[in-house]
Amino acid sequence: MAVSCVRTMGLVLGKSVNCSSSLDAVMSQLSRQVLGRQICVSCALHRKNLAAAGPEKFTVEFIQKQAEEFNIGKRHLANMMGEDPESFTQEDIDRSIAYLFPSGLFDKKARPLMKHPEEIFPKQRAIQWGADRRPFHFLFYTGKQMYYSVMHELYGKMLKIEKYQDHLRAKGLFSQDVKQISLGTSRWFTKEELEALLVETISTHDYNHFIQLMERLLSLPYCATEVEFVLRYRRQLEAPSAKRIVPLLQRDEWGVAFSTSDGCRKTSNCSVVLRECGSGCITINGQNYLHYFPTLQDREQLMFPFQFTGMLGRFDLECTVSGGGRSSQAGALRLATSRALLSFLSEREAENMRQAGLLTPDPRVRERKKPGQEGARRKFTWNKR
Amino acid sequence: MALQRLTFRLRQTVTHVRSLHTSGCTQQQEAVAVESQPEPFSVFRTQENDPGCQTEKHIGQHYTLPSAHINTLFPHGLPWRFKQRVKTFNEACMMVRQPALEVISYLKKTDFSKPALRYLFYGPKGTGKTMSLCHTVHFCYTQGWLVLHVPDAHLWVKNCKELLPSSYNSSRFDQPLQAAEWLRNFRITSEQFLSKIKTKQRYVWTKRESTEEGSPLGQLVDQGISRVKCSSDVVGAVMKELRLQSGQPESNFHLAVAVDGVNALWGRSTIMKQDKSAMDPGELTLVYNLRKLMQNDWIGGAIITALSQTGSLYTPKSVYLPQELLGERGFDYMDPFIPASVSNYSEKEFESCCLYYMDRHWLQHPQSQTEEGKKEIIFLSNRNPRMLERICAFL
Repeated sequence: MAVSCVRTMGLVLGKSVNCSSSLDAVMSQLSRQVLGRQICVSCALHRKNLAAAGPEKFTVEFIQKQAEEFNIGKRHLANMMGEDPESFTQEDIDRSIAYLFPSGLFDKKARPLMKHPEEIFPKQRAIQWGADRRPFHFLFYTGKQMYYSVMHELYGKMLKIEKYQDHLRAKGLFSQDVKQISLGTSRWFTKEELEALLVETISTHDYNHFIQLMERLLSLPYCATEVEFVLRYRRQLEAPSAKRIVPLLQRDEWGVAFSTSDGCRKTSNCSVVLRECGSGCITINGQNYLHYFPTLQDREQLMFPFQFTGMLGRFDLECTVSGGGRSSQAGALRLATSRALLSFLSEREAENMRQAGLLTPDPRVRERKKPGQEGARRKFTWNKR
Repeated sequence: MALQRLTFRLRQTVTHVRSLHTSGCTQQQEAVAVESQPEPFSVFRTQENDPGCQTEKHIGQHYTLPSAHINTLFPHGLPWRFKQRVKTFNEACMMVRQPALEVISYLKKTDFSKPALRYLFYGPKGTGKTMSLCHTVHFCYTQGWLVLHVPDAHLWVKNCKELLPSSYNSSRFDQPLQAAEWLRNFRITSEQFLSKIKTKQRYVWTKRESTEEGSPLGQLVDQGISRVKCSSDVVGAVMKELRLQSGQPESNFHLAVAVDGVNALWGRSTIMKQDKSAMDPGELTLVYNLRKLMQNDWIGGAIITALSQTGSLYTPKSVYLPQELLGERGFDYMDPFIPASVSNYSEKEFESCCLYYMDRHWLQHPQSQTEEGKKEIIFLSNRNPRMLERICAFL
């Protein structure tokens, strides 16, 4: 029953609320009980339980109680931060927790969080039968009730569309060119997402069958009537170009156009001023780039944005870079110059650059060393004895 | 590449002219062919192979060094990569550049009755200081001067395998191997002068060996090469004789002292004495004698030097100015001197270099011959001669 792996903030918050002045006696009792419950459970008991029982089962009452605690804790948190408890959203909660419990941990999932129990505890199926031990769902005895119910509904929709078509044909209004179904930029749910939605495991064969049937539905002429049913099983993709921030094109006192931007890679940070002078001279930290990057590879990295867009020799670069090694500094400069170049380019060229990967910051960072191993991946030499 | 097309067109006219068969006027045809012959390569190559006759309009063009000159004059003087290039292309082509031309013009106007002037080539790494020095040395050679060329003074202050206490002066140290090698090369460069110059003093090497007054310099040099133990003192003696005799009315030679990496003479050395204490370069006989030669108290010649950071010890990579590389002592010693700054290629020189490589079929990559490729090469090398050469080596 005690939640060992997940730190719900409700518990710790309860403890901190203990220390603060505004206190409800019932609340403190409840939190002390909860805390007491957690402390009582010993490590040995945990080990035994985990081996035998498999994944933990949370009852509906437990989830409900957690939800109540979460709401109360949310109001306390709003009070603490001096904001209105009524209009305290999840973003506000995240912000407040990050402020109250600053964490330097690298893994985002390891940091303190406070979310609604629905998001934290994995969705589990409630008991599927009643007191008389008769199952609720009519497809219970198929074994995959949710999957088959979706397929059944899908087929029902197809029949409905065909009936509608017959109806129109009878009236004489049937036409081939009708308004197409508008799905926007979306894709079908993956197998994992579908499993999460239906709270049931699905085999690959079943998933393919489902997708096949959906595609068949979309191929029917009058499927636009069932668009909301279809969209329930599609995920919207965000258009990446909508998020591009193009740096400003400024002009200095001599009328020369220039733009500034930053870039980073691993632990290097740099800032670049790109001037449209036509001389092609590059200065890094006050030194000539030939002297700062004696290696050809680094200079090639620096050259790549210009070479790709065909703007070699047109621009002047003035850069400051710090941190990291020579390769990561070169990568950071490349990113910064690509971003700065955006303000001189058209939309199509900018899209080309994005597809070439010039505008994507490289997410690779040094992996941490784990205890019990020599490095991030390398294990100690295995000795037989 | 309009220039390239021009040369191709002219080459075609030459072959066309040559292929005409005529019985009576073959001589006329030959005359015409000879006339149009110099034109095809005039953009990056010049036929003016005498450094004395080269002027500003030859700047950026390559001239060929005759192989006979190279064997006599440069047994040890040329940079290693240049020697490889000469071997690959079967010809030694050097670019005429402004700093070298400037120094050559001053050399043409030297007054041999005044003390020797000191010229110093300086500049960032890889811009062509050593090559300019070699160009000037070639000029001196064609004018009939006696050239005393020390290819790299840094070789004398590091990696010394054998160090002997000097017999002449007990506080100094000898380097027999380096001295003997230098004497061997000196013998090759100054073949014609060795029999003409006579020593003015008697030198005693050991109880049984000595060089009498009035013996030819060649004998002195041979003594140093055969008796390696006293070769450093021989070097000192040679330098002293030449210094005293140049500019005298009876000796009809002019002395050109060319030293590359002159900042080694006043820098630090990695050679350690027996008790592991650091050695000051002034305690080495060779360096001591060379320093005396650097002094402008002799007449009848010139001193041409070049700085070098590449081989220097304990200097940061970014320094290239004379003050920083020579140090205080060196600068005071060399002051006053005439500086000549050597910098990266200009656009014209860069174009000329690329045309030369294309003519020699050195640039094999198809992209490297287009305009875009040129721009990329300019970016990657920043028109630095050494970088350009290294990049083009694998294109």
